[in-house]
Amino acid sequence: MEYFEIFIAGVFINNILLAQFLGNCPFLGTSKKMETAVGMAMAVIFVLVMAGMITWIVDTYLLKALDVEYLRTVSFILVIASLVQFVEMFLKKSIPGLYAGLGIFLPLITTNCAVMGACLLNISNEYSFLGALVSSFSYAVGFGLALILFAGVRERINLARVPKPLQDTSIALVTAGVIALTFMSFKGMV
Amino acid sequence: MIPALLFMLGIGAVCGIVLSLSSKVFYVYEDPRIAQVENNLAAANCGGCGYAGCSSAAEAVVNGLAPPSVCVISSKEGVEEVAKIMGVDAGAAESLFSYNMCEGGNRADNKYHYMGISSCKAMALVFGGKRVCGVGCIGLGDCVKACQFDALKLGANGYPVVDDDKCVGCGACQQACPKDIIVVKTLSEQLMKFNQAQDALAPCAQTCPAEINIPRYINQLREGKYKEAVQTIRMRNPLPLACGRVCPHPCEDECRRGIEDEAVSINQLKRFVADYEMNSGSRIPIKCAPDTGKKVAVIGGGPAGLSCAFFLRRIGHQVDIFEAMPKLGGIIRYGIPEYRLPKKVLDWEIQGILDLGIKDFCNVRFGVDFGLGSLMASGYEAVFLGVGAWEDYSLGIEGEDLDGCFKGIDFLQRFSSGEKIKLGKTAAVVGGGNSAIDCVRTLLRLGLEKVYIVYRRTRNEMPANEVEIVASEEEGVEFVFLAAPTKVIGDENGKATQLEYLKMELGEPDASGRRRPVPIEGSETLLDVEMVISAIGQSPDASFKEQDPHKRMTELELTRWNTIDNDPAILQASIPYIFTGGDSATGPALVVDAIGSGRRAARSIDLFLKGEPVEPVKDSLQQKRIPESIFTKVDGIKKTARAKMPEIPVDQRLDSMIEVDLVLPEDAAHKEAERCLNCCRICYNPDIDFPIAKAN
Repeated sequence: MEYFEIFIAGVFINNILLAQFLGNCPFLGTSKKMETAVGMAMAVIFVLVMAGMITWIVDTYLLKALDVEYLRTVSFILVIASLVQFVEMFLKKSIPGLYAGLGIFLPLITTNCAVMGACLLNISNEYSFLGALVSSFSYAVGFGLALILFAGVRERINLARVPKPLQDTSIALVTAGVIALTFMSFKGMV
Repeated sequence: MIPALLFMLGIGAVCGIVLSLSSKVFYVYEDPRIAQVENNLAAANCGGCGYAGCSSAAEAVVNGLAPPSVCVISSKEGVEEVAKIMGVDAGAAESLFSYNMCEGGNRADNKYHYMGISSCKAMALVFGGKRVCGVGCIGLGDCVKACQFDALKLGANGYPVVDDDKCVGCGACQQACPKDIIVVKTLSEQLMKFNQAQDALAPCAQTCPAEINIPRYINQLREGKYKEAVQTIRMRNPLPLACGRVCPHPCEDECRRGIEDEAVSINQLKRFVADYEMNSGSRIPIKCAPDTGKKVAVIGGGPAGLSCAFFLRRIGHQVDIFEAMPKLGGIIRYGIPEYRLPKKVLDWEIQGILDLGIKDFCNVRFGVDFGLGSLMASGYEAVFLGVGAWEDYSLGIEGEDLDGCFKGIDFLQRFSSGEKIKLGKTAAVVGGGNSAIDCVRTLLRLGLEKVYIVYRRTRNEMPANEVEIVASEEEGVEFVFLAAPTKVIGDENGKATQLEYLKMELGEPDASGRRRPVPIEGSETLLDVEMVISAIGQSPDASFKEQDPHKRMTELELTRWNTIDNDPAILQASIPYIFTGGDSATGPALVVDAIGSGRRAARSIDLFLKGEPVEPVKDSLQQKRIPESIFTKVDGIKKTARAKMPEIPVDQRLDSMIEVDLVLPEDAAHKEAERCLNCCRICYNPDIDFPIAKAN
């Protein structure tokens, strides 16, 4: 039940994009087309789960053990960046099919703030390893959900008559705000 | 401070070691050229090339999937650099350019009015757009917005106009368009485009067997762009001079103006621009795609062979033509008399085709001087067989072999080749087709006193072109209708003196819808003639099949009419590398039919050479009409007289073989072009302001 709560909280209540406002750059950048949005969402799920695990391990067994928690941010950046590079190489060699699908998105989210933020949140919430895993996964799913929803909305907006000064990114930000407001209604569920 | 430094050093070292190790372990060989190529692309990751970013485009280039010119914004130097890395000629890739199909735009009526939508894509979602025309331009300019190069603008007529100089062929406009208005294609793709059911086509363009975009060239003529008009015609027809003279113009039968008024004289306009080019003294350059290095043999240098060779050459293949007669041209050289198509004109036209880099070998007969085996040994990968239909049918009556009896095509051919034929003073030509008329008009010019046409039905059933019949009447041919020859009577020297025929009457309509002639018993009549020429049709001479010793030849199947059997949609014969078209595949037909089939065969041959499945064009019209485009009533027409073809007077004609029909003068051509309604699928420009193309 605890993990279920973490999951619901990660996906809806503390949605990384619409409640925490992290990772807005890919949110705006890759949401113009549904196809790219789906690819990006998958890549984020993949990377975030990996990063959540590795950072939990680094935090628990290195930072805490050596009592250098103040190095958390900088060491997480290093670890996540290396991890993504490693994963990219691994995929290219071992699972070329998956690489072809995610390839162009992986470098984009190397140290994306959503990934970084989710990892730091896992630590500050003092989750267990499994908790951190579920939480990372749910944040990533939340990210994907928001991104795909938003891509759908933007595809519709493309068809609408938008006043000139508001076109493209401006209207996208306004829309993002409105969607964020609707996500506020999940607050207090868990 | 120290532990922090040590910690970071440690973790950094671990990460570095892991990464460097894994780069060793997970090393994937990547062509070093990919990186080099990528450096020479624009690095904008714009996706204009259709690949996901510059690195995948570079990969595609190295794998040979994309040309060096893949990058749409790369400079010429960049392309050359990439070509150098790849070791290929920079020109090896064909550039793309965009082309607007819709001629209608604002003229099409609206189904509804709704102001709230600003993009074509959105408008297309609402009942397929507000225009009544289902395929036409919506006109809200999604393509213009999509173009990064400022090469498109929405013209005054409500459809996009492409600036060819600025267009780089990136294809963004085509992707943005919810209809198929703007298409970005290579020259080859545009040359090999066939009419499809969903195209924006005027009735004339649907009817033309060569599928020429007729409204477009007439419009170009009207704007004074004669060169462009010739180029438009040459996209579909390599013989505009010949066709402009001899085509019976089936297109004019479907002309929308013809419903309420006289049809536009389309063929005279074609002749006008074609003659303009010839008389201008310089040839309009004909663009060809880069060489592909494939060799094709075209057997038969008639209209079908020339058309097939022309289009194959234009899409980059190497073509050699083999011809049994001394000169190229086939039936249009040897079967069509000088007074209809002067040899000088034909020579000029054929030279233009050969100038593209096509080699011709004349005086070599297929099956005798060369065969399938020698062609294959010479490295030809496909063969187009367009040997025509030269074997005259015989009348099958007594006395047919007497001195003074000839067969139509054989006679015309011998005469054209310069052979001296012993002539009589009177002649009867049997038959009602164009060859029969050609024979009588030739005979009149040779100074015969009396020439008869003997035809078993009446004038209304004659298959010859109306203008030809009228011209022969003017020149003094005597018609003997409802007459079936039964016997040629000769004198003691074996010379023909009389033709005996049976009078006929018209009975019930037969399968062709013409009333069947029925003989009247005992009505034998004699006609005093010294020559009898039978011109009652021809079939292909398929003797090469027996003469060619190549074993494979036995697999070539013929129909019971002696034509070479093929799949009519792709023109492939029973031997896969042989394609066939023109009269040898269909039996005697129009020049323009042969030209159309030459191009269709060229498409199939191209697919065959590329190793792709040779499949028919999807939804190909093949002269079927689009129902919604065929009207029974046309509003807004003010009757204006059709341009009359200038001809030399009858009394000057018969002394020589001088060309009878003349070209329209420039002002008359413009006046005639003004009569064109510039039709598209359902809309057109009416003469008087009239709400056209109303919703059904």
